Amino acid sequence: MKRPLRIVFLCATVILLLIAVVLARQYLDESGSNEVATAVTDPVAQRARGSYLATAGDCMACHTKRGGAAYAGGRAIPTPFGTLYTPNITPDITTGIGTWTATDFWRAMHNGKSKDGHLLYPAFPYPNYTKVTRTDSDALYTYLKALPAEQQRNHEHALNFPYNLRILLTVWRALYFRPGTYRADTSRTVAWNRGAYLVQGLGHCAACHTNRNALGAPEQSADLAGGLIPLQGWYAPSLTSDTEAGLGSWDRQHIVALLGTGISPRATVFGPMAVVVGNSLQHLNEGDVGAMATYLQSLPQTISPYVDSAFAVEQGDVTATLQLGTKLYGDQCASCHRADGRGMPPAYPPLAGNRALTMASPVNPIRMILNGGFPPGTHGNPRPYGMPPFGPLLSDAEVAAVTSYIRQSWGNKASLVAPTTVSRYRSIPLE
Amino acid sequence: MKLHYLVGIALPLVIFSSTAFGQDVLPDSMKQRVVACIGCHGNEGRAASDGFYPRIAGKPAGYLLNQLINFREGRRSFPAMTYMTELQSEAFLKEIADYFAAQHPPYPAPQSARVTPAILERGHVLVMSGDQSGKVPACIACHGQALTGLEPAIPGLLGLPQDYLNAQLGAWKSGARHAAAPDCMAQIAERLSAADISATVAWLAAQPAPPNPAAALSTTARLPMACGSMLQSGSDR
Repeated sequence: MKRPLRIVFLCATVILLLIAVVLARQYLDESGSNEVATAVTDPVAQRARGSYLATAGDCMACHTKRGGAAYAGGRAIPTPFGTLYTPNITPDITTGIGTWTATDFWRAMHNGKSKDGHLLYPAFPYPNYTKVTRTDSDALYTYLKALPAEQQRNHEHALNFPYNLRILLTVWRALYFRPGTYRADTSRTVAWNRGAYLVQGLGHCAACHTNRNALGAPEQSADLAGGLIPLQGWYAPSLTSDTEAGLGSWDRQHIVALLGTGISPRATVFGPMAVVVGNSLQHLNEGDVGAMATYLQSLPQTISPYVDSAFAVEQGDVTATLQLGTKLYGDQCASCHRADGRGMPPAYPPLAGNRALTMASPVNPIRMILNGGFPPGTHGNPRPYGMPPFGPLLSDAEVAAVTSYIRQSWGNKASLVAPTTVSRYRSIPLE
Repeated sequence: MKLHYLVGIALPLVIFSSTAFGQDVLPDSMKQRVVACIGCHGNEGRAASDGFYPRIAGKPAGYLLNQLINFREGRRSFPAMTYMTELQSEAFLKEIADYFAAQHPPYPAPQSARVTPAILERGHVLVMSGDQSGKVPACIACHGQALTGLEPAIPGLLGLPQDYLNAQLGAWKSGARHAAAPDCMAQIAERLSAADISATVAWLAAQPAPPNPAAALSTTARLPMACGSMLQSGSDR
């Protein structure tokens, strides 16, 4: 064999071997399989615990179609890579997880693999759920197994090429996933550790609050530092920056109120976070919500990676824009949010100093103005006050003007918003 | 776009009047809570006859509650309404329904019919007598002799915009709108031709306000079809 040919042959062999190693590693890796289930003394309590944990993980949000049977799946999850359809996780033998054992379920939660060994797409947030303990996984399993079995066949995923090739998940996993365990920080309190366990694990807060890279993987270096939620057109603010939703400077009681009831003296939840509070957080006990608050308050400060240079308007338009914004605010907004931007909290949140308005990305205030809405109905706020959608009433230029006005009034300091930006977000569907 | 101007004027007036001109006292009322609704449906739910959004004022409370739940559960498809209702309890939705059912603002002037007299007459016949073949019952058989609805869950059909009526019958026909089974309106819409839908809608939208807008009280008279919405479950799902 000639020498150059031999080198090519050698390189090809090495590459093939590497691929084989990556594949084998991902398929054969069964880390966590030696975790032993804790003996259960009270199955009723275990099931109740599982129900609570399923709420903490908001499993229903994805595994239930609107108006469909609980946990029977079928909900479409649009992603930049195509649409995924969530599976049926009721105990139906043919279409659900009726044949799964507690160990099969644990493997899915901990290692992202289905019963038959195929790799799961990480839209199922196993990079977070991997930190859930075997004991909690077993409780979830027991709860799901006791649900009514719903016969509902799973919908095939509709992913674009090449993402529809499941084997490529080996590469994704090699790059971005390691099965993990929550390791308690003994220098911290029990509450802090409980909060960290919930936020990092079942709560899967990072699924939205961490920016995703081109392959859809959360950027580990910017954990909870904020990210645009793909295709939904909402910005999940940084939980580690005081210019966004960092909670270091907040009164702990206000955080507990916001997460537990959806309203607080400083802010109101909206968009996807309203769903999280409405379906999940409001049902958690105050100890757990408080623990999450404690953990979130302790997160180290970072600078939000999100830069807003794209949203600046032409300098010449500034005066006219703000004049129009002032007038519209007085006509349409001031009756509830007050001329001085103090609002009437907690029914109508203050706009002065409200960081939801002044983040670099103006997408959230724009969409709030376009869509209006009610805070979630919760035990603590069962009869919320709502806001009208102004999308049908105001033009793009008007929405841009009033958004610009509230971003620059009462001490708020954020860039102006261009009508083209409003136009872009007007067309995003609400579901 | 006239509706936008109307709402633009009405909305701040309503909010202002209910917040007592600048006082920092928030009325603990349903009127204040449903400010979110009047942006599109108009002050007290009166809407306009030439836009898209339907009048909700004075409709039977059971009908309104069924619709709010249908939006929440995806049986009706209008993303803005699903967004408004998806995180609310049935108890709160019922309060909203009761509030608008109790409002009786004046009706807007009807739209002038833009169809031929023959088409209008066809619409009139369908509304009053149904289809001669007998497969389609008269609108008045369920929606009341005066078309003002029937308590507790059948809506009145007057004072609604033509575009809205067309869209609803079209949505039933295409399967985009559902009611609780048996879905009588879906069956009726399926049997109606596109031309008959247009004729019916044209006649309905051209009618003046009824002298007595109250929905007829439910009677023991049998409806021509079984309708699931009359018995829609009141439990929270």
